[in-house]
Parts: sequence; structure tokens; C-alpha cells
Amino acid sequence: MDKAFHFAIPVIDWTALLPIMIVAVTGIFALIAEMFRPKHNNNLIVGVSLGGLALAAVASALSLQQPSYTTAAELFLRDSLGTVAQLLILLATALTISFSEGYLRNKRIPFGEFYPLVLWSSVGAMIMTSTMNLLVIFLGLEILSVSLYVMAGMSRSEEKSEESALKYFLLGAFASGFLLYGIAFVYGATGGLDLNVVNAVWLRHEASSHTLLLFGFGLMLIGLGFKTSMAPFHQWTPDVYQGAPTNVAAFMATAAKIAGFVTLLRVVSAFGALHNFWLPALTAIAILTMFAGNFAALVQKDVKRILGYSSVANAGYVMVAIIAFGRDSSLGYGTVMYFLLSYTLMTIGAFAVVSMAAKNRRESTKLEDLNGLWRRSPFVALTLVIFMASLIGIPPTAGFVGKFLIFFDALKTDQIPLAIVLAVNSIISIYYYMAIARAVFVSDSADVEPDTSKPSAGVAAVCAVCAIGIFAAVAFVGPFVGLLSTK
Amino acid sequence: MNGVPLAAYIGLGLFMFTTGVVGVTVRKNPIVIFMCIELMLNAVNLTFLAFARYQLNSARQSSEQIQHSMMAGQMMVIFVMAVAAAEVAVGLGIIMAIFRLRDNVDIDEMNLLRG
Repeated sequence: MDKAFHFAIPVIDWTALLPIMIVAVTGIFALIAEMFRPKHNNNLIVGVSLGGLALAAVASALSLQQPSYTTAAELFLRDSLGTVAQLLILLATALTISFSEGYLRNKRIPFGEFYPLVLWSSVGAMIMTSTMNLLVIFLGLEILSVSLYVMAGMSRSEEKSEESALKYFLLGAFASGFLLYGIAFVYGATGGLDLNVVNAVWLRHEASSHTLLLFGFGLMLIGLGFKTSMAPFHQWTPDVYQGAPTNVAAFMATAAKIAGFVTLLRVVSAFGALHNFWLPALTAIAILTMFAGNFAALVQKDVKRILGYSSVANAGYVMVAIIAFGRDSSLGYGTVMYFLLSYTLMTIGAFAVVSMAAKNRRESTKLEDLNGLWRRSPFVALTLVIFMASLIGIPPTAGFVGKFLIFFDALKTDQIPLAIVLAVNSIISIYYYMAIARAVFVSDSADVEPDTSKPSAGVAAVCAVCAIGIFAAVAFVGPFVGLLSTK
Repeated sequence: MNGVPLAAYIGLGLFMFTTGVVGVTVRKNPIVIFMCIELMLNAVNLTFLAFARYQLNSARQSSEQIQHSMMAGQMMVIFVMAVAAAEVAVGLGIIMAIFRLRDNVDIDEMNLLRG
């Protein structure tokens, strides 16, 4: 027999894989529950899904304090960054599922298949965050994306939804092509798919491997830039968020972004020795992303588009934190992950409020469609103001602390221009976030019959959790950053 | 090694990849665009196989490490093909759904979403 096939069976530590497996199996159970569901509600499926996510979060949280190690032939890495990212993804998934049922019912698309798909999508996101192996990163990314393509087109009778699914699908597959081509060149230079060896290969100073690594890194950056909506690859973001069902957009803007940024963080730090080349490129991308997101958001009339551009701008802020970490890895992962935590809470909260616009199959999300929300539900209107304040970065919200940490990291690593651009952009963003908050308090125009329906229990619960979380996270900033320190 | 240098494979891969990228940007029909994306993925596969066969830094490694490295590249190709098949299934489903709604799948007429 050929020697190439003599492989030792790798030792697998199943406890490290437990959170991911729990979520995957929960997806299967949710699919089985879907067969037995009564015609008029999906509560059983929602219950099964939330229970499974809670169980996975417990399994994940129990391993937080362990030292980092790899298992399954170094394909899987368990470290504090991966575990915290998994917890954030589980949180984002649970919040999305909580407000989905009422929304899908109002839109008349109460498909039970949504829940297994969103669970499996979050499995992909969790896989992506817990590995240094490029093959596993690619597989996680595709598990995440393929489910998202289906979910974006879930509202089959709506042309907007199908159009967003097609745009997301074509650009997503296009971006995967770039990512894979980049991986191919990194493989050519290092002879393996492990990110850990890149720095060592670079430091050998061979002309051929330098060319291959630079080319590979550039292509991977384009691929990941598409997925995390960095300018100039951000054009799809507002289109897809606007057309996709609101709960799916909330999931895309949070869970998929968390996975993308954590992967980018790992890739950038793995290519740390090449900083002479990537520092100017990433700085330019970060500045361009912040300005492109904020300026384009100023002229938008649709709330979901504004939130789409806001997510582009926030991608620029995260990029600043990633650059700072790439320059000095002793800063720890705390800044990036804390910002992502605050971003998750305020973005999902905002999308949950916007989801109240759906009724009787129709859904219009223009700014003026939020008018009168204050009378419909004072509580939800109030939480929306909190989310907007946090997105602007007004103390004492988590959004303020997150931006402050990034600002401080940028100064510590001498990225003064980035720090200034970050501050300027925070000021620009006040205008459009205030526009959303203001629209809630304007009365309905007289000729439209006012909508008096109350928010569903799910929307109210998600708004409450996110609003409380935004203030609670401020109190826990010290322990959170300490947990993710790399010193 | 059999006369065909590594650069020829990489060059052909680069040509296929570029053709795919240009095709994606200029064509109007989503199915043709998708074929161009498949061309990009095939360029990736060719590049992987070429690198797996030629092993640029083999001088520093034991024969066992070289075997593992070759297998890593070849397995990647299998995974890329499997994932591409899954993407085709979903993509054609989405294109079908659009065709049912408007009897036309031209990309230029997808302009409902803009701001």
C-alpha cells in the first residue's frame, strides 16, 4: 500500500468540539420538530432552538478558563478568543431567533425551516472562529454562507428578497474564489494549510516565497474584505440588508460579521512579519471604509439601508482595532471582542425594532414608516433611542466604551491618523443615527390610518435584553478585557 | 520533471482566474456569471494541485512531511469541489425563484434595491 495513506488516527478532544456539535444536533432536532408542528405556530421549534443554544453556551462558557490547546490533528484550536467569539455568535443567534417568529408571521412566511438553517449557519460561524487551519476556515465560511444565501431569499413572493439573495450569492461566491486563490498561494509558499507557520516562512527571506505570500495575503484580504464589507468591497451590504427579511439581515450583520472579523484578526496576526506591506494597505482600507459607510448613510431614506451603511462604518472601526492588534499583539483581543459585543447588542436591537414595520405580508422600512412608534409602544421607542445613543457612542453606553478602547489602542500603537479619522467619523454618524431616533417621535401623517398593533413578546424581550446589556456591559469591561489578554 | 515547469501551471491558473473575474464583471446573465465563478474555482484547484506536486520547500523537509503536505493540497481540492457543488444547488434554486417571479433573470434589471 502507498505510504501516503499511512496516517495515524488523530486524537480528538470532544469536549472542545461540544458547543459546535450541540448547535448542529439542535438544528437536526429543530428540523424534526418542524415535521410535527401544528399549523398555527412554531413555538416548539423556537423552544428547541433556544434550549440548544443555551446548552451550547454553557458548554462553551465552562471551558473559558482553560489554557489554549489544539485538537483533531491541529485542525481545531480552543483559545479564549475562539470561545468568546462562539459565545457572542450564540448570543446573536438566540436574539435573532427570539424576535423571528412574530416577524415571520406578520410577513406571512412562517417557514419552520428558518430555525434549522440559522442554527447551522451559526455552526459555520463558530467553526470559522476556532481554527488556525485555512481549510477549516474555508469550510466554516461556506457552511455559514450557503445557509445565509437561502435565508436571504426566504420571502419567495417578494422580488426584493430574491434580488438580495442573488446579489449576496453571486458576490459571496466571487469572494470565496478570491479567498481560495489566496489560500492556494499561501499553501504554495508554506507547503501547508496552517496559518502558524507563515511568519517563520517569511523570515527565511526567500524571494519566491515572499512573492507567493504577498500575493496570497492580498487575495485573502480581498475575499475576507468582501465578507466583512470593507470598502471598496462594501457595495452589496446595504442592498442585501434592505432586501433580505429583517431578522436575516440582523443575523448577517452580527453573527456573520463576528466570524469574519475574528478570522481577519487571526489572519492579520499570522502575517505579522509582513507588516511593512499590509500596514499602509489596511490603514487605507480602514479610513476608506469609515468614510464610505458614514457619508453614504447620510443621504439614505430607508432604515435598513442606513443600518447597512452603519455596519460598513463599524467594520472600519473594527479594522482600526485589528491594525492596532497586528502592530502590538500584547494589547490582547479584548478591544476587538468588546466592540463586537456592543455592536451585536445595539445592531440586533435596532433590527428588532425595525422588524415591527412588517404587517400583512407587506413591509416598508422608510424612515417615515417609523413615525408614530412612540405611541404604538413607548417602551420600544425608548430602547431604540438607547441603541442609537450607543451606536453614536454617547457615555455611559457600551458603544462609547468600545469606541474609546479602539481609540486608545490606536494611540498606543502610534496610529494617530486612524484615531483622528475614527473620532471625526463618530461625529459624522450622529446625523443619521439621530434621524432614526427622531423619526420615532414624529406623529403619523393625518391621512394614514395609524397602526396600533403592539410589539410581539419576542421583539419586546429582545429590546429589553439588548438595552440592559448595553448598560451592563459597561460594568464588566475590566474582567472582559482581562479574560482576553494575551500577556 | 516531465518537462512542464511549475510556472506553466501557475500561468494557466492565473489566466483562467482572470478570465473568470473579467467574465463576472462584464456578463449580464446570472448563470453565465456563475459559470465564470466556477472557472475561478477551477483555476484555484489547478494551482493547488500544481503546488502539491512540485513542493517548493521540499529541501527542508523529511519525506513524511512532504507526503503530508501533498495530501493537504490534494484534499483541499476535493473540499473545494464538494463546496462548489453545494453552492450550485443553492444558486440555481435562487435563479429559478427569480425566474418564476419575473420571467427574466437579466442582472441589469435587478435594480429594486438602491438608495
